[in-house]
Amino acid sequence: MADKITLGYTHLSGCTGCTVALADNYAGLLTLLDRYVDLKYMPTLADVRHVQKVDVSFVEGSCCINDKLAVEELKETREKSTVVVALGGCACYGNITRFSRGGQQNQPQHEAYLPIGDIIKVDVYIPGCAPTPQMIRNVAVMAYLLLKGTKEQKELATAFLKPLMMAAQRGTTACFCELMTEVINQGLCMGCGSCASACPVNAITHEYGKPQGERDLCIKCGACYNQCPRSWFSFDVVENYEAINEAIMAALQ
Amino acid sequence: MGAELGKYKACVSARSTDKEILKHAQDGGIVTSLLGYALDTGIIDGAIVAVNKEFAAKHQSLIMRDNTNWDMVEPWRPFPAVVSTKADLLAAAGTKYNISPNVSMIKEATRSFGLDKVGIVGTPCQMQAVRKLQLYPIGARDVGAAVALAVGIFCMENFPYQSILQLVEDHAAMKMESVKKMEIGKGKFWIYGKRGQVVQLPLKVTHKYEQPGCHVCLDYVANLGDISTGSVGSPDGWSTVFVRSKIGDSVWANAMAAGVFETQPIEKVKPGLELVTKLANEKITKNKNTLEARKTFGVGKALRSPYI
Repeated sequence: MADKITLGYTHLSGCTGCTVALADNYAGLLTLLDRYVDLKYMPTLADVRHVQKVDVSFVEGSCCINDKLAVEELKETREKSTVVVALGGCACYGNITRFSRGGQQNQPQHEAYLPIGDIIKVDVYIPGCAPTPQMIRNVAVMAYLLLKGTKEQKELATAFLKPLMMAAQRGTTACFCELMTEVINQGLCMGCGSCASACPVNAITHEYGKPQGERDLCIKCGACYNQCPRSWFSFDVVENYEAINEAIMAALQ
Repeated sequence: MGAELGKYKACVSARSTDKEILKHAQDGGIVTSLLGYALDTGIIDGAIVAVNKEFAAKHQSLIMRDNTNWDMVEPWRPFPAVVSTKADLLAAAGTKYNISPNVSMIKEATRSFGLDKVGIVGTPCQMQAVRKLQLYPIGARDVGAAVALAVGIFCMENFPYQSILQLVEDHAAMKMESVKKMEIGKGKFWIYGKRGQVVQLPLKVTHKYEQPGCHVCLDYVANLGDISTGSVGSPDGWSTVFVRSKIGDSVWANAMAAGVFETQPIEKVKPGLELVTKLANEKITKNKNTLEARKTFGVGKALRSPYI
């Protein structure tokens, strides 16, 4: 189909969990591929594995700067894509690869892993470890509407994607520390509990109505910070939650 | 203004027809009755509510805490719990006036508690959190679609636990464990003792104990709940109810048909929507000013605004 958007998937130092999350849309993934997205290259799910020219690239994993090939693939991805999406905690914030101490067989000389935003310009973040299938789905549908939709759909998609673009501009760290410095220390936390439910490793509990982080457990995925309604919140988007949810579900019918 | 009450399909003054619930309820027993009805009819198969320490100690499988010595836990501290029976629901009734992180259970409710259809009660900010995690499910896999009913409660501001302690024990000179009910209404903070004593504090005293996170909130009547409710606008023993979403509309219509609530038109009761609108505008205006003031806080550096 001519009006599909083209999608690529560059796989760097990630555990394939993000790929699995994408695939966990089940029938939704097939509908996406059927109607909206032409998957140009992807190491796991497509025959073509090398970077191609595409509208949108998902990048999974952080980039090992001791590995020339990884750095080059990342730069090539940037050059050949209109929009680069950092998919998952590793690509956005380094996640567990921030703790790399090298010595990982069979490449013991690999020791420095950077979030891709430290090397190239990234347009959109999808944080989380692993990112959720629904989040990937929502961003995919919105990316389609942004590039191929009507004027109203473009406006909606812009509003929806704006916070994720701002997250990409904000920087390459977001762990419990960001929740502490950017939300709690800014007098913005009201103790709703979102961060604790978002944390994939149960590092956050609530004591006397405020989050308490176990920083030894934190894997730096950025889920708590980005799930927090006081890190970023768009009334324009969230107040229309019913219509947007319905539109996304209708797009996948 | 004009958007201060959010979108809604209907607004009524209502109270539960269940006398037992009214005995335990804060006002009209709306939240407890509504969730009870939703449980009975299978609209939800469990709900996240705030419970007290006595309940939590007795039902430790319904909450998420490790190694808590419940004898050491203070009275009136709220804990989020997942309840799935009417008796448990009833035990949780009543406002606690300090924040219970209910959203922290929303993922676990669909995991170890095994709920497919989750009910949740929360303040306006918690409704915002729920809607954000439905649209942007960053750390909430398969949770958004499982939220079957979100009931919002009106909220002017909330208190940290230590503030409640100060207000009750210092200002009102009562022991926390002797308190039967707390309430904010008619411009005062009311504390009712188990032996019948009543202490009232002017709200002027309570303001400095509010948590600062509440001072940037731009929502008074839980605009993002499926249904939202609170005492303001209705006579004593009744609650004002906004029916907002399609889900809320269908649940409310069915509950009405089943005779769960009796209602009066909001136009017919005193003080009515006029007071709700006035208070909503007061809150929003005050907090918008706070957001403006935060921009000029400090030297060459502003405090963040979460809104984009």
